[in-house]
Amino acid sequence: MSGNEKKAKKEKKKIIPKKNPMPEQDPKVRRHNFEEVPYGYTPELAQKEAERCIMCKKPLCIDGCPVNIDIPGFIKMIAEGDYVGAARKIKEENCLPAICGRVCPQETQCEIVCTLAKKFEPVAIGRLERFAADYERDNNLIELPKKLPPNGRKIAVVGSGPAGLTVAGDLIVLGYEVTIYEAFHKPGGVLMYGIPEFRLPKKIVEEEVDYLKKLGVTLEFNQVIGKSITVDELLKDMGYNAVFIGVGAGLPSFLGIPGEELGGVYSANEYLTRSNLMKAFLFPEYDTPIVRGRTVCVVGGGNVAMDAARTALRLGAENVYIVYRRSRTELPAREEEIHHAEEEGIIFKLLTNPVEMYGDERGMVKRIKCQEMELGEPDESGRRRPVPKEGCYFTIDTDLVIIAIGGQANPLLTKSMQGLELNKWGNIVADENGRTSAERVWAGGDIVTGSATVIEAMGAGKKAAADIHKYLSDKEKQESVSWKVSN
Amino acid sequence: MTRIIEKRELVKDIHEMVLAAPLIAAKAQPGHFVLVMPEEKGERIPLTIADYDRDNGTITLIFMVVGTTTMKLSRLNASENLYALVGPLGHPSEIEDHGTVAMVAGGIGTAPIYPIARSLRERGNRVISIQGARREDLLFWTEQLASVSDEHIITTDDGSFGRKGLVSEPLKEILENDKEKRIGCVYAIGPAIMMKFCSLTTKPFGVKTITSLNSVMVDGTGMCGGCRVNVGGKTLFTCVDGPEFDGHLVDWDLLMDRQKIYLKEEKCSLDRYMEEVGGK
Ligand SMILES: Cc1cc2nc3c(=O)[nH]c(=O)nc-3n(C[C@H](O)[C@H](O)[C@H](O)COP(=O)(O)OP(=O)(O)OC[C@H]3O[C@@H](n4cnc5c(N)ncnc54)[C@H](O)[C@@H]3O)c2cc1C
Ligand SMILES: Cc1cc2nc3c(=O)[nH]c(=O)nc-3n(C[C@H](O)[C@H](O)[C@H](O)COP(=O)(O)OP(=O)(O)OC[C@H]3O[C@@H](n4cnc5c(N)ncnc54)[C@H](O)[C@@H]3O)c2cc1C
Ligand code: SF4
Ligand code: SF4
Ligand code: FES
Repeated sequence: MSGNEKKAKKEKKKIIPKKNPMPEQDPKVRRHNFEEVPYGYTPELAQKEAERCIMCKKPLCIDGCPVNIDIPGFIKMIAEGDYVGAARKIKEENCLPAICGRVCPQETQCEIVCTLAKKFEPVAIGRLERFAADYERDNNLIELPKKLPPNGRKIAVVGSGPAGLTVAGDLIVLGYEVTIYEAFHKPGGVLMYGIPEFRLPKKIVEEEVDYLKKLGVTLEFNQVIGKSITVDELLKDMGYNAVFIGVGAGLPSFLGIPGEELGGVYSANEYLTRSNLMKAFLFPEYDTPIVRGRTVCVVGGGNVAMDAARTALRLGAENVYIVYRRSRTELPAREEEIHHAEEEGIIFKLLTNPVEMYGDERGMVKRIKCQEMELGEPDESGRRRPVPKEGCYFTIDTDLVIIAIGGQANPLLTKSMQGLELNKWGNIVADENGRTSAERVWAGGDIVTGSATVIEAMGAGKKAAADIHKYLSDKEKQESVSWKVSN
Repeated sequence: MTRIIEKRELVKDIHEMVLAAPLIAAKAQPGHFVLVMPEEKGERIPLTIADYDRDNGTITLIFMVVGTTTMKLSRLNASENLYALVGPLGHPSEIEDHGTVAMVAGGIGTAPIYPIARSLRERGNRVISIQGARREDLLFWTEQLASVSDEHIITTDDGSFGRKGLVSEPLKEILENDKEKRIGCVYAIGPAIMMKFCSLTTKPFGVKTITSLNSVMVDGTGMCGGCRVNVGGKTLFTCVDGPEFDGHLVDWDLLMDRQKIYLKEEKCSLDRYMEEVGGK
């Protein structure tokens, strides 16, 4: 036995089996406010948690992270009390750590493969990442990285979601002139209009964007590319050398059942946009209204459904139901979100499928008819298929219904372009580096993959940024070579 | 931020606003609309591009004060700024050869009808306009509309100017007298109820009738589904599939119900705003 292994063996004995819990708001209180649910680790807790990491020789956690953060590297720095160093270490790979530490599905990415997870709870990597990023920001210790001198090349980024922000951040430091075009009046994409304040304070998103602005990224708001300006014009008339498309998914699906047009029936996109982006939760201080239901039915079982349900609760609902057609084990939402929803008193109506909605004389929804379901054979997704139970119906009196059953690719931009290959669902076809079939056009994030995660969108952005840089550098080399030859 | 170049009240509660928006002016076509936010805490509302000047890089909006957002807009003046302006959105009007077209404008509908009538006439169509208002003092842009019409009929509800009655009445007569079937298309733009009745009027004559729907919107890009309407039994989004639809296929009662979803909140919001700014 080598010294190293002996040491590791010795240390294994000391392993603390469980994660240090993160202090959070009492469910009874927080269900009435929009403040963030978890408070985050204190330095003491962070250090204690960091010490749980056994600093594996082959850290599997790194492979589990879509952007390959040096996880043991930054955890070691936290353990040694160098919190700012830890934050900077993370930022070598991930420019939005305060966001990812909060919303990454760690339990299926970095933490699931953590060596400790085989026998114990994994190291709380996400919480530590959040801690380091918050520490750096809250203490005003954020430093701007060194930028390469301007290289004279211009990049247009369409959409300011995590994919677009990452591309912008990576290319600006390489000396490019970067402009982000955003359809809304605020940046951040789903981070701003989808994920609610109590899970991701908008101040954090704004600060991450400010950081990019300080680096020199230009943001053009209220520009719907494909309408106000086309991609073709960006490339041909406005002198951009390359365009990155990161416009997200952005088209809501409805159930297609009678009564869905009634007032008080929303897509989750509309409900969350009204509340988060337009701040309808602060109506009438803000002008945008929102229907506040007493009894609310949210249809669907993913993260979006949990966000909508917990928002409805905070907007004053007494009863909030999650209506989902499969059973609890198939719920696609993160375990943490389900747990938080349950703690706050959300009621799960499982194996239930809505079939019709009824309205009052004003055309507002008042009742929803559901059918009971049971699980049959597994379908192509490997999950057991929900099958309607003949004749088993019941109704729920409700005054607000939110449809959160996913969405599709918004065709507004893609159909304005020629020569851009799409798949049968309307998503842009791009290779692993984000290159599309259109020349000098890259794409990444939800518009390529369909609804996925923040970190995957960022990962796609990183690869595209690197490839754009490679492509334009190679091209420049070739051009200067051919110039020499022809002379 | 978008700069207001000109702003004036045309008639009581109807305002004209000229905005510096070169990118939008360069692309604007009849039928397009924009989304406007007067200030950061404001709401996003759609307004039709009533005119555009590509050389000067300006667009013209005409709006009627009906609630908080339009009230806030009405209180802004030249050289002040709008917080946000997005566009041009929606499909432009299809400018085709119809022979003769009847352009029916109810109230504020004169604003969106005008550029469409102009383009249809430039295309070689004979244009008959029917412009209606509640009273004489609410009529605006009569000369503009007349200048792009071969025939221009004005109605007022109370008979204070032109014909007494509703716009659907002369429309019906014109169709009845059109024995040669010269009228290939009718445009009807105005309040939902007026568009509904114009569509009912033209239906027995089998004349294609195009209406521009004014549903409640948020993003205007097909992302939220809040502007959904039912046309010919199908659910469509006004902002990206419209705003113009075949009036014979629109479920008008549904549109009108959906326009009233926020009635209570809108009143609360306006009362609060008026209190804040100290009455009128
Ligand atoms: C409610 C909700 C909760 C979620 N929770 C989580 C979570 O907890 N963890 C997680 O990892 N993921 C979560 N996701 C998924 C995650 O947010 C997305 O996968 C991610 O944001 C995709 O990033 P993106 O950059 O591709 O696009 P988006 O974030 O969708 O951003 C696209 C941007 O492009 C803009 N845009 C669109 N069209 C145009 C145009 N034509 N011109 C200019 N701009 C345009 C949009 O306005 C938007 O700002 C959630 C999603 C939702 C909806
Ligand atoms: C494509 C389109 C083009 C339009 N063009 C014009 C125009 O050129 N001139 C004009 O005066 N009006 C136009 N409208 C109507 C205009 O958008 C509404 O009058 C305006 O939104 C009212 O806002 P408010 O806050 O002043 O009134 P509120 O008190 O909020 O509402 C009054 C009524 O306006 C409607 N409304 C409210 N909020 C919205 C919203 N976000 N989107 C759409 N409708 C809403 C509702 O039916 C409501 O009952 C258009 C609407 C559409 C959809
Ligand atoms: S970015 Fe996400 S997956 Fe990567 S280490 Fe952080 S929490 Fe884990
Ligand atoms: S796998 Fe787990 S224990 Fe090992 S280095 Fe990574 S975080 Fe630490
Ligand atoms: S306004 Fe949101 S989809 Fe039309």
